Amino acid sequence: MGRLSYITRRLVKGLFVLLAIVILNFFLIRAAPGDPAQVMAGEAGASDEMFIEQLQERFGLNRPLHEQLFIYVKGIVTLDMGWSYRQDQSVASLIGQRLPATLLLTGTAFCISLMFGVLMGALAAARVGKWTDSLITTVALIFYATPLFWIALMAILLFSVYLGWLPGFGMVSVGAGYTGLAYIGDILAHLVLPALTLGLFYTAVYARMTRASMLEVMEMDYVKTAKAKGVAPGRITRVHVLRNALLPVITLAGIQAGQMIGGAVLTETVFAWPGIGRLMFDALLQRDYNLLLGIFFVSSAMVVLFNLITDLVYTFVDPRIEVS
Amino acid sequence: MRDFWKRFARNKGAVIGLGILIAVVLLAALAPLLYPDSPWRMVQRPFLPPMEMDGFWFGTDTLGRDIGAGLAHGARISLLVGIVSTLVALSIGVTLGALAGYYGGLLDDALMRFTEFFQTIPNFALAIVLVAIFQPSITSIVMAIAIVSWPPVARLVRGEFLSLRSREFVQASVVIGQSNARIILTQVLPNTLSPVIVMASLMVATAILLESSLSFLGLGDPNHMSWGYMIGAARTVLRQAWWMSFFPGIAILLTVLALNLVGEGLNDALNPRLARKGR
Amino acid sequence: MSTQEALLRVEGLTVRLPAGADRQHAVEDISLELQRGEILCVVGESGSGKSITANTIMGLLPRPYVEPVAGRIMFEGRDLLQQPESALRALRGSRIGMIFQEPMTALNPVMRIGAQIAEVFDTHGALSRKARKAKVAELLDSVGLPEPETLGESYPFRLSGGQRQRVMIAMALALEPAILIADEPTTALDVTTQAQILALIKQIQAQRDMGVMFITHDFGVVAEIADRVAVMQLGKVVESGPARQVLDDPQHAYTRRLVGSVPAFEPPAARPRMEGEPILRVEGLRKTFVVARGLFTKGREVAAAQDVSFQIRRGETIGLVGESGSGKSTVGRCIVRLLDADGGAIRFREEVDLNALRGRALAPYRRHVQMVFQDPYASLNPRRKVGRIIAEGPMAHGASRDDAMARARELLALVHLDPSAAERYPHEFSGGQRQRIGIARALALDPELLVADEPVSALDVSVQAQVLDLLEEIKQRLKLAMLFITHDLRVAAQICDRVAVMQRGRIVEYGETRQVFAEPQHDYTRSLLAAVPGKEWQIPESARLAVQQQQEAIA
Repeated sequence: MGRLSYITRRLVKGLFVLLAIVILNFFLIRAAPGDPAQVMAGEAGASDEMFIEQLQERFGLNRPLHEQLFIYVKGIVTLDMGWSYRQDQSVASLIGQRLPATLLLTGTAFCISLMFGVLMGALAAARVGKWTDSLITTVALIFYATPLFWIALMAILLFSVYLGWLPGFGMVSVGAGYTGLAYIGDILAHLVLPALTLGLFYTAVYARMTRASMLEVMEMDYVKTAKAKGVAPGRITRVHVLRNALLPVITLAGIQAGQMIGGAVLTETVFAWPGIGRLMFDALLQRDYNLLLGIFFVSSAMVVLFNLITDLVYTFVDPRIEVS
Repeated sequence: MRDFWKRFARNKGAVIGLGILIAVVLLAALAPLLYPDSPWRMVQRPFLPPMEMDGFWFGTDTLGRDIGAGLAHGARISLLVGIVSTLVALSIGVTLGALAGYYGGLLDDALMRFTEFFQTIPNFALAIVLVAIFQPSITSIVMAIAIVSWPPVARLVRGEFLSLRSREFVQASVVIGQSNARIILTQVLPNTLSPVIVMASLMVATAILLESSLSFLGLGDPNHMSWGYMIGAARTVLRQAWWMSFFPGIAILLTVLALNLVGEGLNDALNPRLARKGR
Repeated sequence: MSTQEALLRVEGLTVRLPAGADRQHAVEDISLELQRGEILCVVGESGSGKSITANTIMGLLPRPYVEPVAGRIMFEGRDLLQQPESALRALRGSRIGMIFQEPMTALNPVMRIGAQIAEVFDTHGALSRKARKAKVAELLDSVGLPEPETLGESYPFRLSGGQRQRVMIAMALALEPAILIADEPTTALDVTTQAQILALIKQIQAQRDMGVMFITHDFGVVAEIADRVAVMQLGKVVESGPARQVLDDPQHAYTRRLVGSVPAFEPPAARPRMEGEPILRVEGLRKTFVVARGLFTKGREVAAAQDVSFQIRRGETIGLVGESGSGKSTVGRCIVRLLDADGGAIRFREEVDLNALRGRALAPYRRHVQMVFQDPYASLNPRRKVGRIIAEGPMAHGASRDDAMARARELLALVHLDPSAAERYPHEFSGGQRQRIGIARALALDPELLVADEPVSALDVSVQAQVLDLLEEIKQRLKLAMLFITHDLRVAAQICDRVAVMQRGRIVEYGETRQVFAEPQHDYTRSLLAAVPGKEWQIPESARLAVQQQQEAIA
C-alpha cells in the first residue's frame, strides 16, 4: 500500500518531467534562428514553399503561442513527433526502427559496467590501502578520463584492424546472409566492442562510487555492532556493508542508465551501430531539427523511465522508503 | 597555506597531475610562439607520419596541416571552454543552491524541482541539441556545457547551505541582527568553498571531455582548432593514419586525468577530515 | 579487593595513539578488575580514555593506528591481547557482549530486527533455525519490548531510541555472555528512558549474575547503578574502589573536583522574588511544524508549542525543562525570533509584540534579546577571529569597527578570558572557553534578556560548573533576565528561580523551582523527577570544598 502510493507519486512526477521536456522542446524550436517552420523542415524544405505552408498550417504557426503549444503537446501525446523531411519518414517510425539496436547496446553496456564496476569498487574497498586498491583506483581513474569516442576508435584500430579479432563496423556482416543462431552470433560479435567501450566509462563511475560508498558505510556504528557480535569480516562486508553501500549506487545506476543514450551517440557514430545515437548524428549532419528534437525527447523519456524503475527497485531494497 | 601544500603533496598522484596540468597550460600559453602559423594552414604533404620529418614530430593530417600545431592551439580551446563554462555553471549553481539551501521552504522545493529536471534530461543529448540549434560557436558551446553541468553544483551548495543554515554560528548571526545577504556572503559561503573548489576542478575535466565530444561530432567552433575536431576529422582515415586521432586523444586523456588527480589532491588538502578515511 | 578470581582483569594496559594525536598514549598503565555479579562503572570526562579501554577489551580498536603496546587483559584464563582475531571473534557476542552510545545508528537500517539478533546465533553456530525464532521473541520480551513475536519482523526505523537500545541489549545478551560492556548506553537517551534502561541493565545483571562494565561520564548514573567505580583522567586510573566509598568520600583531588562539580538535585533556598514590570511576557504562543511536505503532498503536522504563556522579570531566571521533542527549544527560538510563531504574543517591556514584527521593523529589537547556544564547536564561525565574532553584533547595529573591537576586548575580560583572545581563531580554544566566547558575543549588544539553550549540555561536568557560575555572575552583575532551557533537572535546580515543565508542546507545570521539585503537581513532572539518576545521593561536603578552593585559586 505504501509502495503503491509511492510509485504512483513518482509516476506523476515523471509525467510532469516529460511535459516539461515537451515544453522545452517547443521553445527550443522557436529559439533557433529563423522561422520555426523552416527549422522544422530543415535546410531542404526551406526552398519549398509548399512544405512551409503545410507546416504553418499544421502547427498553427500563425496562431497565438499558447495555441501552438497546445497543438504541439497534443501531437506528442499521440506519439506524433512530426515528419523528417530529410528521411521522408515520420520521426516516430524512424526512432521506432532504431530504438531496439540502441537498447541492446546500452543494455549490454549497462550490465557490463554495473557488474564490473561494483565488483571492482567492492574489491578496492575491501583491500583499501593495499596494492589491489591502488591498481583498481588508478585504472578507474584512467577509464574515467578517457574520451569515449577516442577509446572506441583505438579499440577498432587494435581489435579490428590490426588483430582482426572482432568486427568494428555495423551490427551485422553485410551480405553474409546469416540466419538463426549464426545471425545472433554475428550480432553478438558486432556488439562486443561498442558495448565494452561504452561501458568502460560507466564501469569507472560505478567502481569509484561503490568504493567511496563502502568506505563510508564501514565507518558506521552498525558495522561496529556487527563486529561486537563476532561476525566474520567477510560476512560483515557482504551483509552489512555492501547492502547499505549499494543504495546510492542504485540511484546512480538509474540516472546513468538513461544518460547512456547520450553516450551512445558517440559509440554508435564510431561503430556505425544502427541505433538512435547514429540517427542523431545523421540528423545533426543534415540539420534535421525535427528528428533531433524527437530523439532528444525519446532519450529524455528513457531517463524518466529508468528513474522510475530505480524507484521501484528501491522500494525493495530500502525498507525506509515507504514512510518518507 | 603551508599545511595545505603539505597535505596536497602527500598525494603523489596529485603532484603528477599538477605537473601535467602545468605542462598543458604552458603549451596553451606558448602556442602562438611555438606555432606562429595558423593550425589550419597546410604546411607539409598530407599523411606525413610522425617522427619522419624534423619539426613535424606529430605528423600531418589529411590536408597537410601540422598535428603539433593543432595540439598546441587545441589546448587553448580546451582550457578556455573548460574554465569559462565551469565558471558560468558555478555562478548558476552556487546562486540557486545558496538561495534554496538558505531560505528553504517552497523556494527550495521549487528550485530543487527545477534542478532535478535539468539533471534528468540526458546531459550530452541536451548539449548536442543546444549547440546544434544555436549554431556552433565558442559561446554556444560554453553555454551548452554550463547549462548541462550546473545542477550538481546547485545540489552540493544547497546541501552545504542547508546544514550550515542550522549550525549555531549562522543562527547566532541572525540573532545579532545581521542581514540575510551579509550572512549568506560572509558567514555561510566562505564555509562552503572547499567542496566547491574540489568540484570545480572535476567540472573543468568533464567540460573538456564534453567539448571534445561535441567537436568530434562536428559541433565545434569552425574558427578554432580543437582536439575533438581533429579526431572527428581523422575518423574516416583511421586505418591509414592512426596518429591523426591518436595524439589528440592522448592530449585529452592526459589533461582530463591531470585535472581529476589535482581534484583529488585538493580534496585531501581542503577536507583533511574526510580524506583520512580512505587511507 | 575481593580474593575470588576476577572475571576480567586488565593489568598495566597501555594503548598507543597514532603520531600527531594530542598525547602519545590513549591509556597508560591502567589496571582494572571486574568481578562476577557486579557493575563496575568506569567514569571520566571526554578524552579520559574510557571508551578506548572498552574497545581494547572487545578487540575493536582500529589497529594498527591505535595499538595496545603493553599489559594484559585476562579473561577466562587467557590474555585477550595475545589471542588471534579468530579467537576474539568467537568470544565477542558469545562470552562478552557490548552496547553502544548511539542506538539510532547502531542497528543496520536495511535488516530486520529479528534477523540482526539471530545473526548472533548464526555467527556462533548456536540453536537450530526453528529455535532461533522463538529465542529471538523471548529475548525481545525479556528486555521489555512490546509484541515480541511481530517486532522481530520490523526494521529499526520504526523504533524509538529507547526501543532500539533495548534491541541492542537483547542482542548483546543473546548468548548469555559473562560480561556486558556498556559504552555510555544512556547518554543519547531522554531522562525517563535512561531510567528505564538503567533499571533494565541492573535487573538483567542481577538475574544472570553477569559482570557489567559500564562506561559513563555521569556521576548521577554512577550513583544509581555502580557497585564499584574506577575514575579515569587523561588515560590513567586515578581512583578506584567501592561505589559508596568513591562517591561519598573521594580521595583523589581530581575525583573530588569531579564529584564536587555535579549540581545538587536539591534546589537552593528560594531567592527573593523579583518585583516590577516583566521584561518579557509570552502569551498563548503557538508553533506548528509541518514535516515531510512536498510541492504536491500535504505534510504531517507536529505541534511544538501550544498555548505557552509565562513571564520573566529583570534579574530573574526562568527554566524551561523537558525531554527532547517537548518544544522547549522551539519556544526559545520563537522568542529570539529564529522562528516565526504561528500565534500568540511575545511582549517585550510592555511596549511591543516581537511576534508581530517582521523584517526591518524587527531589526532594532533584536539586540535586546540575545541567545547562548548549545554546541560550543558549532556556534562560532571557524573562519573568523574571536574578536570579530564578538564585534559583528554591534557592527550590525551601527557601531564603528574600532568601537566594536574595543568592546569585544572588554567583554572577553568580563567572561574571564584574556583580551588577546580576540586575535585568535575559535579552534584554538577548548569547549568551555568557546562557550565563554559565545556568552561574550551575546552580551556585546547589551541585551536585557538572555535565552540560553542548553548552554552546558555539551560540556564536561567540571567545565559545566564554571560556565553555570559565570552565567549566574553575569546575570546578577548586569541585572539580566534569563530564559534557561535545559533537559537536565540538576542544572535547572541550581540556576532557575522558577521552572516551566514542558511536555508535547505544552507547559504542564509552572512554579517556584523549590516548590516544583518538592511537591510536583503534575504526573509528568513527578515521573521526570523520579527518573533523575542518583537523586538519593548527597554530594559530599569535602568535594564541594575542593571545587570552591580550586575556583578561589584561579581567581
